[in-house]
Amino acid sequence: MFSRRIFMKNGGLALLSLGFAPAFLARTVEAAANVRRKVLITIFQRGAVDGLNMVVPFGEKDYYGSRPSIAVARPNVADGAVDLDGFFGLHPRLAPLKPLWDSRQLAIVHAAGSPDGTRSHFDAQDYMESGTPGVKSTQDGWLNRILHAREHEAATPFRAVALAAQLPRSLQGTEPALALNQIGQFGIRAGQATDMVQASFESEYAAAADGVLNRTGGQAFDAVRMLKSADPSKYEPEHGAEYPRGAFGEALRQIAQLVKADVGLEIAFAEVGGWDTHVNQGASVGQLAQRLNDFSQGLAALARDLGDRMDDVVILTMSEFGRAVAENGNRGTDHGHGNAMFIIGGHNVRGGQVYGRWPGLAREQRYEGRDLAVTTDFRSVFSEVVRGHLGVTDTTTIFPGFTGTQSLGFVA
Amino acid sequence: MRFLARSAAVLIAAAALSAAPNSAVPAKPDDRAILHVLNRLGFGARPGDLERVREMGLDRYIEAQLHPERIPDAAMTTRLAGFETLSLSSRAIAEEYYVPAQKAKRQAQLANKNATAASANPAPSAEDTPGKERTPLEMEKARKQREVVLELSEQKVLRAAYSDRQLEEVMTDFWFNHFNVFAGKGPTQEYLTSYERDVIRPHALGKFRDLLESTAKSPAMLFYLDNWQSVDPQAADRMAAERAARAQRASRFGFMPPRNPQAGQAQQKQQPKRGLNENYGREIMELHTLGVDGGYTQQDVINVARAFTGWTIEQPRQGGGFRFDPRLHDDREKVVLGHKIKAGGGQSDGEQVLDILAHQPATAHFIATKLVRRFVSDTPPPALVDRAAKTFLSTDGDIREVVRTIVTSPEFFAPEAYRAKVKTPFEFIVSAVRATGAEVTNAQPLVQSVRQLGMPLYMCQPPTGYADRADAWVNTGALLNRMNFALQLVSGRMRAVQPGPGPVGAALTGELSEATSATIAKATDPTQIAALTLGSPEFQRR
Repeated sequence: MFSRRIFMKNGGLALLSLGFAPAFLARTVEAAANVRRKVLITIFQRGAVDGLNMVVPFGEKDYYGSRPSIAVARPNVADGAVDLDGFFGLHPRLAPLKPLWDSRQLAIVHAAGSPDGTRSHFDAQDYMESGTPGVKSTQDGWLNRILHAREHEAATPFRAVALAAQLPRSLQGTEPALALNQIGQFGIRAGQATDMVQASFESEYAAAADGVLNRTGGQAFDAVRMLKSADPSKYEPEHGAEYPRGAFGEALRQIAQLVKADVGLEIAFAEVGGWDTHVNQGASVGQLAQRLNDFSQGLAALARDLGDRMDDVVILTMSEFGRAVAENGNRGTDHGHGNAMFIIGGHNVRGGQVYGRWPGLAREQRYEGRDLAVTTDFRSVFSEVVRGHLGVTDTTTIFPGFTGTQSLGFVA
Repeated sequence: MRFLARSAAVLIAAAALSAAPNSAVPAKPDDRAILHVLNRLGFGARPGDLERVREMGLDRYIEAQLHPERIPDAAMTTRLAGFETLSLSSRAIAEEYYVPAQKAKRQAQLANKNATAASANPAPSAEDTPGKERTPLEMEKARKQREVVLELSEQKVLRAAYSDRQLEEVMTDFWFNHFNVFAGKGPTQEYLTSYERDVIRPHALGKFRDLLESTAKSPAMLFYLDNWQSVDPQAADRMAAERAARAQRASRFGFMPPRNPQAGQAQQKQQPKRGLNENYGREIMELHTLGVDGGYTQQDVINVARAFTGWTIEQPRQGGGFRFDPRLHDDREKVVLGHKIKAGGGQSDGEQVLDILAHQPATAHFIATKLVRRFVSDTPPPALVDRAAKTFLSTDGDIREVVRTIVTSPEFFAPEAYRAKVKTPFEFIVSAVRATGAEVTNAQPLVQSVRQLGMPLYMCQPPTGYADRADAWVNTGALLNRMNFALQLVSGRMRAVQPGPGPVGAALTGELSEATSATIAKATDPTQIAALTLGSPEFQRR
């Protein structure tokens, strides 16, 4: 609540008293007092993370047979997997997520993925972000279509924010969405003349007869002011949360900041790369372990920082496809098919369970004889979040052509 | 002699003009009409352009732009002289810029493998991150690889900013986007330079059928839409049968058949099962010709894909060209949009498909709509689209004539068309450079800016290309970025870009609203005045 009060005092109310409170801001302040918005935070692990070493099927004999040098050891061994349910375990570097599992805030879907068999990063990411596997000509992304389906009066420029240099494919479309690298750098940059230049630009756009540019310009300067008042430099994570250093931790920290500043955030996006481990992947330690370390510390810090706000938040992780069951000739893994996804929330999530049918890893159980088969369409996972958490009852416009909308049950 | 030839050309051009009674080009254009033409047939006005066109005559200017081959453009050639890769063949680009980096990568992987194999029980460590420690030689090779797309991108910015063949640039940009390929997919980028230079540009104002075929046979497109690996599903069985027959013949003549069943098995296992890939078959109809509602069925998609089986690439990783491989081709009969393609046609199957698609009324309508959207308005006037489509059909898809129909139409010069289009980031940045008369000695910072504004050149992932509608480009973050770009450009803070003395405001003569003019009038600093002009709502439109 600390940050929100700061914002209301220094930001919203200050603007009101100066007499140029934008209409939406008044609405937001009003709305914020009554309802806390539902927020979806999506995290894309670009490059295809090895789901079989992330959520280890240590109860599966063929797992160890296929990965002589990179398998994660069973739970009873030093630096082995973190036992979840006697069959699956977390990679030891994902241990920071175990408390969330224990408090039933973390649900996992395994063997999830695309009905399309492509092993191209480009195509598979494209399909996962457009939400239409196999159809390349889809113009907009599924997250943008959510915005469209949930259009409402109290929408703000911060409805959808990607903490990234460019708007990801999943957020592209007709609804406004924002890409920003650093909250602190969002604004006009004209050195000492900044205030004056900003005011001039603002009056140009405020007076523009051009409807689209007038509206968008207005929103842009509202957004700049809102962020300035949220004062990023003063932000302190709560509950002892410690974000890992680096771009990913920084992105998550800023997402938490936006959630708490009550600027109207509904969908946030962050991405993290380095998962394309064709060579020397490592097991409990090594390349993948390092990436997972950063990943889990970031997620754990975000959940901790948000505290009881997590009841209104779902964090959803995804990656374009999984990796082959067997390790390759370079102690790494090649492109595969099925993968694991994380869903983290508060009381709104039925965690502590691995969802989805496990297809097994024996050769005849694999997809094309080599990869973890997909038993849950990633759109099932997406649409359950959209329906159960965001409250969109009809998801046919968000996932056109997709009919498998049966819930797995991870949203409470 | 040369003088005579030129006068003859002018005479012919003049004759063509007088033979066009439907032309709505104003004989005595005001500044707004001239700026409108400069904004739509090109990337905006440079200092002095208004006067030049007024003197030349607007109709003559348009006619000249429709024939870029008659515009000398020597200064442009000089400006691009330093770019090594622009004139190289795909093979030379692959050999000099890509193969060495690939080799280095493979060697590094191999060395790594050997190193791990050498130590009996390698304890993986946290520092075990190959790829981080690249040798200076490897880094140099990787840098060289990036240089190809970078030079191409700089070239694109420089041509748009400085070429006198403005319409050719607009059309090259339009068609590249229409037949979009993505530099990030596999070896597509090794072919990009040739794709733009040899496939798109020469046909940008030519015949649509030629353009369509040259894209269909370009390795860039064959890679990007996967057709190079689309094969008749029966091809594998056929080839196995042929091998068996050969072996049998050989044994009949007393030769021993090759006896290494294990090797044969291994080879079979390695080869992934290949079959039909519908990607290109679908997109050529949906995006390149008929349009999504163009009346084709899934069966047409399959049959078009079948017709293009065997259209592949010779030595794909070494810059090789188009090759038809009859062994991979489905040579049975096909029916496409009701037209029968007889069995046994080989490579001509695909060519027949191109003929069918290029001559469909739906194609004429789809292409006309997109061109009218580019030149006139986000909501293309239906009557103009119909006339442009009619020109398309009556001239055998002559793009020059279709464009002429559009840019000499009353709809084009209607007041509601003026400033009706929001500039894409590329158009915005280039037009700002032009308006200020800036001198660019290195276009890299501008290429970077185009990317920051959300339109990375040659990096549009989906085959749809970048959208040509306002809603795709107007959003809060992007708008702020445009204002910041304006500030950066005029302040001289941009590396290798000298802000010109240019009368920036001339680019907007009569277009600035009173309110904007009043705001700008309050500023005293000349760079602020320029920035407030380029960042203004009015300058975001063309």
